[in-house]
Amino acid sequence: MKKLAILLAVIAVVPLMAWGFYQAIYAAPTEATMGDVQRIFYYHVPHGILAYLFYSINFVGSLLVLLWRRSNPERAIVADAWALSGAEVGVVFSTVVLTTGPIWARPVWGIWWTWDPRLTTSLVLWLIYVSYLLVRRFSSGSQMYTLAAVLAVFGALDMPINYLANRLWRTQHPSPVIAGGPDSGMAPPIAAALGWNVLAWAVWGLLILAFRVYVERRQQTIDRAAANAALAAD
Amino acid sequence: MAQPSWPSLVLAHLRKDLRIEWRSRDAINSMLFFALLVVVLFSMAFDPTRATSREIAGGVLCVATLFASVSALNQAWAREIRHQVLDALRMTPSDGAALFIAKVLANFLFVTVVQAVLGPIFFIFYNLHPLGETWLLALVIPLGTWALVANGTFFAALSIRSRNRELLLPLILFPIFLPALLAMVLSVKTILTGDGTDPHLFWIKLLAGYDIIFTTVSLLLFDTVLEAE
Repeated sequence: MKKLAILLAVIAVVPLMAWGFYQAIYAAPTEATMGDVQRIFYYHVPHGILAYLFYSINFVGSLLVLLWRRSNPERAIVADAWALSGAEVGVVFSTVVLTTGPIWARPVWGIWWTWDPRLTTSLVLWLIYVSYLLVRRFSSGSQMYTLAAVLAVFGALDMPINYLANRLWRTQHPSPVIAGGPDSGMAPPIAAALGWNVLAWAVWGLLILAFRVYVERRQQTIDRAAANAALAAD
Repeated sequence: MAQPSWPSLVLAHLRKDLRIEWRSRDAINSMLFFALLVVVLFSMAFDPTRATSREIAGGVLCVATLFASVSALNQAWAREIRHQVLDALRMTPSDGAALFIAKVLANFLFVTVVQAVLGPIFFIFYNLHPLGETWLLALVIPLGTWALVANGTFFAALSIRSRNRELLLPLILFPIFLPALLAMVLSVKTILTGDGTDPHLFWIKLLAGYDIIFTTVSLLLFDTVLEAE
């Protein structure tokens, strides 16, 4: 049953990503001023949107850990597996955003990086979640779940700042094309290519997330068995 | 026995911390010397000529304070771990928030003393003649210090429970503190250079907002950190 589900997911993801690639590279019209380099937009923006999704999964998971840690430790551990996986996948997506951005900026702005609010807060977001993963390395036992969850709440505070950065301030980063006021919006073929890529990368990311949760649950079972064996040996 | 009022609990914790510091002077002395070293190091590394010194001075002051306070913040909780003082504190009728606020106030006082001593030295080393509205510094520096100390105290309590105690605090604190550092550095720079780039005091307002939000969240979550088993 599980193998079948994995097989079906992979079968769904591969054509979807191929279709997204076709849309971004061939179907979407070439941008008038920037040329082909603008096509990186179809990777940069979806990863940015989806990084929020995975960080939100981390946030909800962490809140549930804080809620259940006393009353229902079993469920708290499950929530923690989701929180950890959300942060890890989120960091990967953030890394893609932070990599594709400079690749685009170099030919268009003439510089790789500038310290404008949008770029800075994106980097801060990445740093916070890397430190979240470090906390999990450096502490152990059941208190680690609580401490990591607390830190995740602080990480989530930075998300709205990052989202609003190029809406509140006049930034060098392009202003938003989605939900950015009366001047925002896209031509239909561009919107279609963007939409397909958001969908494809979302399915891909959620698949990886599901794998990661599954692996983490296994790890938790192994850890608990090891702890019980150590107790029994005494 | 009647439950003591919240302010009196805060005051009791605060009095204890201040008395310990008054007798040992560990935190203030080590912070002061460390911050002085950072200022000297930066002035060697960057050769602060008159023109550029105003631009970088704000950043150097903030970073010097930041590095110096990390060492003291770790000590503030490490002291409580020895002889299980922290466990004893958890058994008192006082809630975690009172303990937290008292620690923040104590550390805020220590860092402020360090800055008061360091400030004049700083102006001499960097040949500063502020061109903007200097009185705003009296607003920016406390706000920035509060952001540093409130977050620092919170995350020191969090990291003291991990395996690599001293190492972890800067790794968590610096990313969280970055927005406040940016706001602090930019407002100090505007004040010193008088360039008028921030007529609506936007960065100072941002700093105040940051203080309110992060202090509130810290207060709400401190009991959780204190009780983490």
